[in-house]
Amino acid sequence: MIPAAFEYVRAGSVDEAVALLGRDEDAKLLAGGHSLIPTMRLRFSRPSLLVDIGRLDDLRYVTANRDRIAIGALTRHAELIRDPVLREHCAVIGEAAALIGDPQVRHRGTIGGSVAHGDPASDLGTILLTLDAELVARGPQGERTIPAAAFFTGPFHNALEHQEVLTEIRVPKAAGTYLKYVRRAPDWATVGVAAARVDGRVHIGLASMGPTPLRARSVEDAFADGASPADAAAHAADDTMPPADASASSEYRAHLAQVLVRRALENS
Amino acid sequence: MTRVALTVNGSRCEADVEPRQLLAYFLRDQLGLTGTNVGCDTTSCGTCTVLVDGESVKSCTVFAVQAEGCEVTTVEGLAQGDELHPVQQAFHEQHALQCGYCTPGFVMATISLLNENPNPSEVEIRDGLEGNLCRCTGYHNIVKAVQAAARAGA
Repeated sequence: MIPAAFEYVRAGSVDEAVALLGRDEDAKLLAGGHSLIPTMRLRFSRPSLLVDIGRLDDLRYVTANRDRIAIGALTRHAELIRDPVLREHCAVIGEAAALIGDPQVRHRGTIGGSVAHGDPASDLGTILLTLDAELVARGPQGERTIPAAAFFTGPFHNALEHQEVLTEIRVPKAAGTYLKYVRRAPDWATVGVAAARVDGRVHIGLASMGPTPLRARSVEDAFADGASPADAAAHAADDTMPPADASASSEYRAHLAQVLVRRALENS
Repeated sequence: MTRVALTVNGSRCEADVEPRQLLAYFLRDQLGLTGTNVGCDTTSCGTCTVLVDGESVKSCTVFAVQAEGCEVTTVEGLAQGDELHPVQQAFHEQHALQCGYCTPGFVMATISLLNENPNPSEVEIRDGLEGNLCRCTGYHNIVKAVQAAARAGA
């Protein structure tokens, strides 16, 4: 499986990448490539220009201030796993990164690429939604911050404009957990459930239960009103559209979501 | 065509490649290093695993142009003359292969694993090799080989 031909340019800075994207409406950014290249090989994606930002090492960092953590968009999954700041202040991100793909994939894949790809089964996307993360994008008009709740707009679609580059992800310091059900170790989540305590309230996120990562708002409300984990988890599939595919039927996904949400709440 | 310059098994090389040329096929077809196999072609089986700057990657999912300036190591770059690399020696001694097709990928993945974790537990070995598939051995002897290589200080 060989991708369709494309032009390749390596960007030396974010601003250069923004300008290069403006050259071609079918241009795409290449970071670690571990979401994009497989889709190009299947010819689901045929960009005419690839702007490689994979060498912009100034976008590989994790820093913390008093209550927030900033993660450079090109930080790789393997770096998220071993990062001491995340381990101390938001360990769920590294714990989820450790469940993505396999070691080879985690050596190349980046948090920004994973999130911008917008797979509804994205582990990190689900966690960012659960944490009420903010995503920082830079474009021709400068920088803007997009709340995670507004970022995921549909399957493989997000709120980034064509010329915008995702540069940073900001998350609160928070305790959380991520439970992922898969049939084989490197698979995408059949269902994934994130739980995190943010500003005293438990948030629940769902992977692979609809067209984008989703929040289980009715579970959150019930739990906040004093429902037991089991009673709150009964709402896990409310307002979802679980897909049916070779891994699982919709009904099975709805069942899994309830089981995993209950376990996640019991851990919170 | 795009000019790419990189180091492969310690030797500097430069070549003109199509940007869509994948590293696995660049190594095999342009450099003649056919020790790196291609199996599933979908980032699953791991037989195309090579080291890029010391870390395991699946070379079917990296464009050759992305390896510009990098140090790439394939299975051909491991032995010193007739002396096998300790991981190769351990796979040989523990009979960690049958047909051998997955072996170059397992050896490269093992080297990367032991670089990051020189004394892995059995569970850490099995998790650490989750990106590689073997359809003959049932993995038991592969795990033994990794343990032997770790003991040998590979």
